[in-house]
Amino acid sequence: MNILKFFTAGSVDDGKSTLIGRLLYDTNSILADQLEAIQNANRKNDDGTVDLAILTDGLRAEREQGITIDVAYKYFQTDKRKFIIADTPGHIQYTRNMVTGASTANLAIILVDARNGVVEQTIRHSYLVSLLGIKHVVVAVNKMDMVDYSETVFEAITQKYKALAEELKLQDVTYIPVSALKGDNIVYQSERMTWYNGESLLYFLEQVDTDIQEQSDKARMPVQWVIRPQTDELHDYRGYAGRVVSGTFKVNDQITVLPSGASSTISKIEFFDKELVEASAGQSVTIHLASDVDISRGDTIVNSSALPQESKLVEADLCWMDTKALDTSITYLLQHNSKVTKCKIAEVVYKVDINTLEKHAADEFKLNDIGRVVLKTADNLPFDFYNESKANGSAILIDSRTNLTVGATMFRALAD
Amino acid sequence: MSKYNFDYLDELEAEAIHILREVAGQFEKPALLFSGGKDSITLVRLAEKAFRPGKFPFPLVHIDTGHNFEETIDYRDRMVARLGERLIVGSVQQSIDEGKVVEQKGKNASRNALQTVTLLDTIEKHQFDACIGGARRDEEKARAKERIFSVRDEFGQWDPKRQRPELWNVYNGKIHKGENVRVFPISNWTELDVWNYIRRENIELPSIYFAHDRDVITRNGQLMAASPYVNMDEDDVVERKKVRFRTVGDISCTAAIESDAFLIDDIISEISQSKISERGARMDDKVSEAAMEDRKKGGYF
Repeated sequence: MNILKFFTAGSVDDGKSTLIGRLLYDTNSILADQLEAIQNANRKNDDGTVDLAILTDGLRAEREQGITIDVAYKYFQTDKRKFIIADTPGHIQYTRNMVTGASTANLAIILVDARNGVVEQTIRHSYLVSLLGIKHVVVAVNKMDMVDYSETVFEAITQKYKALAEELKLQDVTYIPVSALKGDNIVYQSERMTWYNGESLLYFLEQVDTDIQEQSDKARMPVQWVIRPQTDELHDYRGYAGRVVSGTFKVNDQITVLPSGASSTISKIEFFDKELVEASAGQSVTIHLASDVDISRGDTIVNSSALPQESKLVEADLCWMDTKALDTSITYLLQHNSKVTKCKIAEVVYKVDINTLEKHAADEFKLNDIGRVVLKTADNLPFDFYNESKANGSAILIDSRTNLTVGATMFRALAD
Repeated sequence: MSKYNFDYLDELEAEAIHILREVAGQFEKPALLFSGGKDSITLVRLAEKAFRPGKFPFPLVHIDTGHNFEETIDYRDRMVARLGERLIVGSVQQSIDEGKVVEQKGKNASRNALQTVTLLDTIEKHQFDACIGGARRDEEKARAKERIFSVRDEFGQWDPKRQRPELWNVYNGKIHKGENVRVFPISNWTELDVWNYIRRENIELPSIYFAHDRDVITRNGQLMAASPYVNMDEDDVVERKKVRFRTVGDISCTAAIESDAFLIDDIISEISQSKISERGARMDDKVSEAAMEDRKKGGYF
């Protein structure tokens, strides 16, 4: 059994929380005491049935306002798969929270209200999905019960979205007509839309392939910690602990340590009490080298035959996440895996109007703004481009005055 | 492209180890909060996997309410001896003796709420900048919103409206002096995942997790252990029942369930079929709809 992480984009008005509530409810993932709590809640649907949306509203302010402010994570499983849902807010003022939820997802559900079709918000959400490189997209055309389960309505929305998907280069898009409120095509195949030959949402989520998290097969491991017991019997023990972010390391591989450029050979790969012959993307292991090399936290071990980009200048997409606007005159910290280095924004290339996708020149970069910048770092960064490797192609910006995470960056091109 | 096929437990384990190593790398004085419950026992195993054959880069910290199940304390002491790691105990009794907190009164009195003061004092005394805890997002709806690296101010308070964005697997542990970070490596695990992991790793647990005969009383529809720490009166009827505990906390706020589950396999099938959530057996969450949110804002685990 494996795990599918997905996130939902849409607003409360689109029935996003109801959709998640329905998935949980119809898979029997809601336990009696939780159900009792929502039955006792004051908020009910117009017809008096329980409001499933309450299940995902965690904070007092969210229940009071009937909106989602921050990402809530929900968990459920079926016989086939485990699911982690990042329930993210849809409103533009919470774009940063949506980016947070989307950054770890391998599938996005984009909700479209059947009565309204593709709207500005749909474009914005779809843009974020393409920006963050989420592989699979499900367009759930919701509230089909409000349009008499009309095939014509569904087809028109599908056609409109296809043009958008092409513009955004979304690779794998699936369209499902649903009613979260009534339960059509969420877990069970709807009997009210016999014209629809596809699968229910849950069936699709159970089948979709999750194997390829990272496109890159180039072996990379940022060093997080050096294990040195320094006891009598383990006097010379020196293990480099970290998580392989892409590719596979094997014993006897030639490796290079960056940024120093020193090279060596892997003598041993350990995982707790086991010795491994190889370690692949996702595994947390301890690597030993055949020779003494100076390595500390923040260095990256890479396969010598597939070196990453190395530069102090990189063109990146930036999503600004702080209420204080970007200041090109100050120095930020950039955290790339376990490495932290000083960083300036050397240039703002353009900003994207995320409602229309138009690019334009900009002097300022404020909360929730997204665009292209040139980053200039103090140290050489060993990186890959984001479309090859999410882990080695992304970083966060930290404001050292407040210590807040103020930006998310995705490396796109070399800058000159 | 990787051919190595990761099982979901391998994936959760690798993520948790990565988080623990980030704590070691980013903080000066971290600590692992150990309650004696299955979640913190799981954290200890993950720490062994992250740092052995080296020592843990942090001590274990137990906030002791003084109202413990004997079995838990016995387990804790044996475990610490086996690990050869340092244990620091923060005592709620001492906080009471020093007049920092006042014992609750009445039938449903519990020391659960008092723990927060002792926890914050212990953090301050030892200058901990990061505290690793075993909380999971599936437990409760406020927890479902909390980051893996959760920054607390000088008063230990969580501000849900000012959480830092947390992207990819990059964790920002930068803090100002006086602040600290609560870190939750098993945020993405469910109760069932923890049990499946305990089974796979063959981890020993305190015996109270398994079915045993115990004197209990029924309080607000819940079975509570009959103990000197629970205020009983003439209305309380003590009965002997076969029970087990699903979570382990202060004896005065942790309810038992009737169960025949003697083995881990029995427990896993019992939980799979259960219709009541784990925190349904915690009196502390029954207070109001926002009980956990409010306690977290006040500095609770």
